[in-house]
Amino acid sequence: MAWETINRRTIADEDLGPGLTVAIKDKIRAFLPRYPSKRAVLLPALHITQEALGRITLRSMREIAELLEMPPSAVMDVVTFYSHFWTKPRGKKLICVCRSLTCELMGGKRLLDVLKERLGIDEGETTPDGEYSLMTEECLAACEYGPCMLINEKLHKCVSPADLDGILADPNNDKLDMPRSDLFDPPGHGM
Amino acid sequence: MAFEPVLMRNVGVPNSTSLDVYKSSGGYAGAAKALAMQPGDVVDLVKKANLRGRGGAGFPAGIKWTFLPAERDITYLCVNADESEPPTFCNRITIESDPHMLLEGILIAGFATRTTVAYIYMRGEFMEQFHILQKAVDEAYAAGYFGRNILSSGYDLECYIHRGAGAYVCGEETGLIESLEGKRGWPRIKPPFPAVEGLFHKPTVVNNVETLACLPHIFTRGLDWWLSLGTENSKGPKMYCVSGPVNRPGCYEAPLGLSVRELIYGEDFGGGIRDGKKVKVVLPGGISMGALRGDTFPKNPGDEPDPTQDYDELDCRLDFDDVRRYGLLGLGTAAAVVVPEDADMRDVLLNLARFYAHESCGQCTQCREGTSWMYKVARRIAAGAGRACDLDLLVEVTENMGMMPGMSICGLPDGAAWPVRTIVQKFRKEFEEHIRAQSPQAAAEVIRRTNPAAYDLPILGPGHRLAPREVVQS
Ligand SMILES: Cc1cc2nc3c(=O)[nH]c(=O)nc-3n(C[C@H](O)[C@H](O)[C@H](O)COP(=O)(O)O)c2cc1C
Ligand code: SF4
Repeated sequence: MAWETINRRTIADEDLGPGLTVAIKDKIRAFLPRYPSKRAVLLPALHITQEALGRITLRSMREIAELLEMPPSAVMDVVTFYSHFWTKPRGKKLICVCRSLTCELMGGKRLLDVLKERLGIDEGETTPDGEYSLMTEECLAACEYGPCMLINEKLHKCVSPADLDGILADPNNDKLDMPRSDLFDPPGHGM
Repeated sequence: MAFEPVLMRNVGVPNSTSLDVYKSSGGYAGAAKALAMQPGDVVDLVKKANLRGRGGAGFPAGIKWTFLPAERDITYLCVNADESEPPTFCNRITIESDPHMLLEGILIAGFATRTTVAYIYMRGEFMEQFHILQKAVDEAYAAGYFGRNILSSGYDLECYIHRGAGAYVCGEETGLIESLEGKRGWPRIKPPFPAVEGLFHKPTVVNNVETLACLPHIFTRGLDWWLSLGTENSKGPKMYCVSGPVNRPGCYEAPLGLSVRELIYGEDFGGGIRDGKKVKVVLPGGISMGALRGDTFPKNPGDEPDPTQDYDELDCRLDFDDVRRYGLLGLGTAAAVVVPEDADMRDVLLNLARFYAHESCGQCTQCREGTSWMYKVARRIAAGAGRACDLDLLVEVTENMGMMPGMSICGLPDGAAWPVRTIVQKFRKEFEEHIRAQSPQAAAEVIRRTNPAAYDLPILGPGHRLAPREVVQS
C-alpha cells in the first residue's frame, strides 16, 4: 500500500478555509504591547480568531504565524494541544457538559444522555442544522451548582433534564447578560 | 470567639465588584500601608506571617519571594487563576465577588518582589469572570493602582489578564509559564526554578489567587490577628469548598484546621448529606490529595489515626500537617467532594482515572503510560471484567509514577496516584466483592466482545455489531 501524504505547500487554496480579516488582525495587534515577545500573543490571537471564524482554519494559522513571526507548524502545535481550539467546523452553539466527579454524582451522566437524545447526536457530533455541537468538559469550577453545562459563554447551573426544553428553546441561551470588555468578542461574531 | 470572615466578607454584598464598594470597606488600605514600607520589610512581614501558598503545594510565599536573585531589572508575577482542580471553585468566588481584593494583593506582592508586569493566567472557561475582572483592572488603572508611580511611591506595575484554553496541566507553575509564552503547556524541568529563570527567561513568581487575596488583610489587621488564626504551622483563614450531595454545597471561610466532619455536617457549612444519607468516601483536598473513609465506617476507638484500619476518618483537620496523618498527599485546595453511601466505588475510580489520563500532557513516559493504564484497568473493573490482581496492579502503577519516585517532571502523576491508591487500598474489600460477584462467563464475554483495556473503545451493548477493527486480537 502506498503512503498518502499531505504536502502542506500544495493544499488547494479553497481547502485552507477563511483567513484573518483586517478587523481580526487589528484586534490581535492590540495585544502586542503587553508582552516582550510576539509569540506570547498566540493564545489571545487564537481566541480572537476562533470567536470570529468559529474555528481555527489552516489559512488563519498561516496568517497568525506571519503576524507573530513564528513557524506555522508551531501555531498548529499549540492549536492541537488545547482543548478549546478546534480546526473543524462546529455548530453555532457548543454545549459542554461537565463530567467531573461532583457533577457525575449530581446527575451529570443522565443529563448528558437526555441531551444526546434530545439533540439526536452523540458526544463530539453536530446537529444536522448546524445549531448545536455536544461535548463533555473537565471540571467547570462551578461544583456547588452541579450538574452544570456551558453553552458557548453562558454557564447553566443545577440543570435537571426537565429544564432542558426551556434552555434549548431560549435563543439567548449562549449569551452573557452583563457588561463585557471589548478585548474579546462573543463567539459567532463575524461569521 | 466567633470568626469574622475577611476573604469572603463582600460575597453577596450588592455591587461588590466595584471599586467604590471595595474601598468603602477599607479596600486598598493594606496596599497603601505596604507601599509606604521598604519592599524588603514587606517580604519580612509576609515571612513572619508564614503565609503558605493556597494553590496546592503550601510553600510559604515570603520565602518563595526571597529566592529571586538580588540583581535583576525585570521581574514577572504570574497569578495562578487556572483553578482546574476538581472540585475547586474558591478562586472563582474571589474573582466574581471581590476582584479588587485580588488586585490589591497583586499590587502588594508586586511591590514586595519589585515586579514590573503581572499576568493573571485565567482558565478559558471563566467567561463571566473574565469580564468582571477586566472591568476591575480597568477601574484600578483609572484610579492609579496600576500604571506609573502608584500611590506616589515611585513604583510602576502593569497588570494584564491572559486567558488559558482548557488544560489542567497549565495550572502547574511552569506549564503556566510555557503557556503564557505562547507554547503548549508542557511543564519545564526544574531547576532552574521560576524564581531564577521563569517567564521570558526572567525571574518570576507564581502565586495562587487566594494566596494573594490574603495579603491586604495581613497589612490592615496586623500580624497578631493573622497569627491568632489557624493551627501551629498553618496560619490564617482559608476558603473551603464542599460539593456533592450535601444540603448546602458552597464555599465557606474559616481558619485553617477545620475538620472534614464540620465542613460536611456543620450548620454553617455543608449542613449534612441529602436525605439523611451517610458519607462513604470524601476527597477533601481537591481530588488529587487522596481519599478519606466516611462515617459508614465505625469510629476509631484509639486516639491516633490509622489509615490501614477501616475506621471513620472525618475527624481529619484541614491544615497543612494533619492531612498527612491520614495518608493524604497534602492539603491541596481544601475542596471536598462528598460521595454518599449508595455510590459505586468502581464508578468513582473510573471518573478519577479518566481525568488524569485525559490531562497528562504526555511528556514523561511514566505519567503518560501510568495514567492511561490506570484508566484502562478502571474501565475493565467498571465493565465487570476486573481481575483480582488488577487491584495490586493499580497500586503498583501508582507507586512507580510521579515526582516522589523521581519519575516525572511535574506533580500531576503524584496527584493521580494518591486518589487511586488510597481508594483501592481503603475500599479493597468492596472492589474484591464486585470482582468475586462477576460471573466468569460474563467477564469473559465482555473481554471477548470488546477490549475494555483499550483506551477509547466503547463498552458494547448486547445489540451492538462489531466492526472488524473492534475485534480483539487474540
Ligand atoms: C498538575 C498541577 C496542577 C496545578 N493546578 C493549579 C491550579 O489550578 N491553581 C493553582 O493555584 N495552583 C495549581 N498548581 C500548583 C502550582 O504549581 C503552584 O504550586 C502554585 O500556583 C503556587 O502558588 P502558591 O504558592 O500561591 O500556592 C498545580 C500543580 C500541579 C502539579
Ligand atoms: S508528569 Fe505528566 S503532566 Fe507532568 S510534565 Fe510529565 S507527562 Fe506532563
